[in-house]
Amino acid sequence: MRNDKVIQVEALTKQFGDFKAVDHISFHVEKGEIFGFLGANGAGKTTAMRMLTGLSKPSSGKGTVAGFDVLKESERIKERIGYMSQKFSLYEDLTVKENIRFYGGIYGLSKNQIEIKTSQILQELNLSEVGSKLVRSLPLGWKQRLAFAVSMVHDPEIVFLDEPTGGVDPNVRRQFWEAIYQAAELGRTIFVTTHYMDEAEYCDRVSIMVSGKIEALDTPDNLKETFKAESMDEVFLKLAR
Amino acid sequence: MRRLRFLIQKEFIQIFRNKALLPMMTLLPIIQLIVLSNAASNEVKDVRIAVVDQDQSELSRALSNKIVANDRFSLIATPFNKKDALDLMQLDEVDIVLEVPNDFERQFYRGEQPQLQTLVNAINGQQATVGSGYLNNIISSLNNQIRVDEPSLFSGIPKRNEPVVVSSNNWYNPELDYPHFMAPGILAELTALLTIVLTAMNTVREREIGTIEQINVTPIKKWEFILGKLVPFLCLGLILLTVGLIASKLIFDIPMRGNIGVIFIYAVVNLICVLGFGLLISNFAETQQQAIFVAFFFVLIFVLMCGLFTPIDSMPKWAQYATIPNPLAHFISVSRKVLLKGSGLADIKMEFLYTFILAILFNAAAVWSYKKQE
Repeated sequence: MRNDKVIQVEALTKQFGDFKAVDHISFHVEKGEIFGFLGANGAGKTTAMRMLTGLSKPSSGKGTVAGFDVLKESERIKERIGYMSQKFSLYEDLTVKENIRFYGGIYGLSKNQIEIKTSQILQELNLSEVGSKLVRSLPLGWKQRLAFAVSMVHDPEIVFLDEPTGGVDPNVRRQFWEAIYQAAELGRTIFVTTHYMDEAEYCDRVSIMVSGKIEALDTPDNLKETFKAESMDEVFLKLAR
Repeated sequence: MRRLRFLIQKEFIQIFRNKALLPMMTLLPIIQLIVLSNAASNEVKDVRIAVVDQDQSELSRALSNKIVANDRFSLIATPFNKKDALDLMQLDEVDIVLEVPNDFERQFYRGEQPQLQTLVNAINGQQATVGSGYLNNIISSLNNQIRVDEPSLFSGIPKRNEPVVVSSNNWYNPELDYPHFMAPGILAELTALLTIVLTAMNTVREREIGTIEQINVTPIKKWEFILGKLVPFLCLGLILLTVGLIASKLIFDIPMRGNIGVIFIYAVVNLICVLGFGLLISNFAETQQQAIFVAFFFVLIFVLMCGLFTPIDSMPKWAQYATIPNPLAHFISVSRKVLLKGSGLADIKMEFLYTFILAILFNAAAVWSYKKQE
């Protein structure tokens, strides 16, 4: 069904001077999918994601996110998506509850909704006891999971995650992916960049970017078959050479 | 509009949670106010003088005595020739050399006009003009005193043109109390300066930490973001002004002849203006260093050209026009007018108008240049 393509882009390009950070990429993402966006550092993953989230204006090409035009309706898109950036971006000098209230308020939630969301998030993440503590005092793994929860405070259709598991231990990474699966089960589309190849195996489909272009796009199993590889690691090495 | 409430609430929590910010906003300005109001004085108190008395007459000695008696002068030396006196000036031991010619007394009683010569070290222009002004006053008062004391001496002489007598009264600051003049100006300067720097830094800090990106990916409106920064810092600026006014009243007993409400009404417009300017700077800075550097570049120009230390009226014409876009100049003018002169809203309407226009321009530019999308 056509309607199920929540992200659809054609020849999307971002040019900085002579340098094409993202070079005519075309793909689509279906509703409820966990879409892995892979690539080496500097391959253009983050730039591509920033164009989809309305943080960066595409130089050329076209596309829609949640049914809105990325060129003309970026503010409408922002109402429907969640975003968790590479940099940790909750307020460290606010408490856990204050952060949830602030972002809830910014997304236009009512006082009642904010209260419900707060207790829900605190419960799901087992953070009830530290709800009134400054975010600064939490361990990194907790902060990341909180940031993920806060990015979904307004129940967005699509969540964009930019290297969400950078710098956390394997245990927390597993917890994080469990949370991603939970979100996907609720019908949310997850668009996640990573350079951990084992994480790519958890995705429904992955695309691999090399110097601004999408070189491969398929399910992890199909990719391994096409490239005659044992693991996603090998697929990636063969592509990136 | 609801979003705005959450932005303002968040900003206030952060301000009050910052242990360094509140003392910085209250204590430091009071210290500056005390130090600057007393130290940044243009008053000339000690003029060092050398008198070369080649006449050695009763009259010339009377003149010397009169100079010594004045507590603004200190007689450093009485050399016999001009060369020695000039050497003293070269060594920076004296500021003024007064030379009395050798037939001074005789010429005076003959009704001729003897010439006294003053040589003034004008490296420090202020000291020089004020010092020689004092000296002229002393000489003419001696002149008058003799005319009154010994009218007979002059009876036979046809009356020359009596000089026009100017008697001056110092209005609005009758005791010429320097802190009374400086404190309101410095208060205005501090309020504007601190708020410019704080807003510029605050927004850039969010950019450095990365929280601004999280804000940019929400459907928040640009004007909401700018207003969300402006309102809390406006309150902070008004608190600063209140603290400063109370401190100036307690410490310097500055007069408050006008309605304090007028100052606050004007201050709201002025603070919105300078806050818009601070936010404008922050939109172009990537790091806090950049923001502070650019903010200081403008703050220095604003401060030096605001009429606090040098009167705007004595600037060249082009510079006088250049003070129109300077919000500080208007703030200082208003605080002096209202506090010292008792001016009301009608008297400061030009300052109001200029500041209002600037406030709109700066804030419109700040909203326009705030980019949610690269």
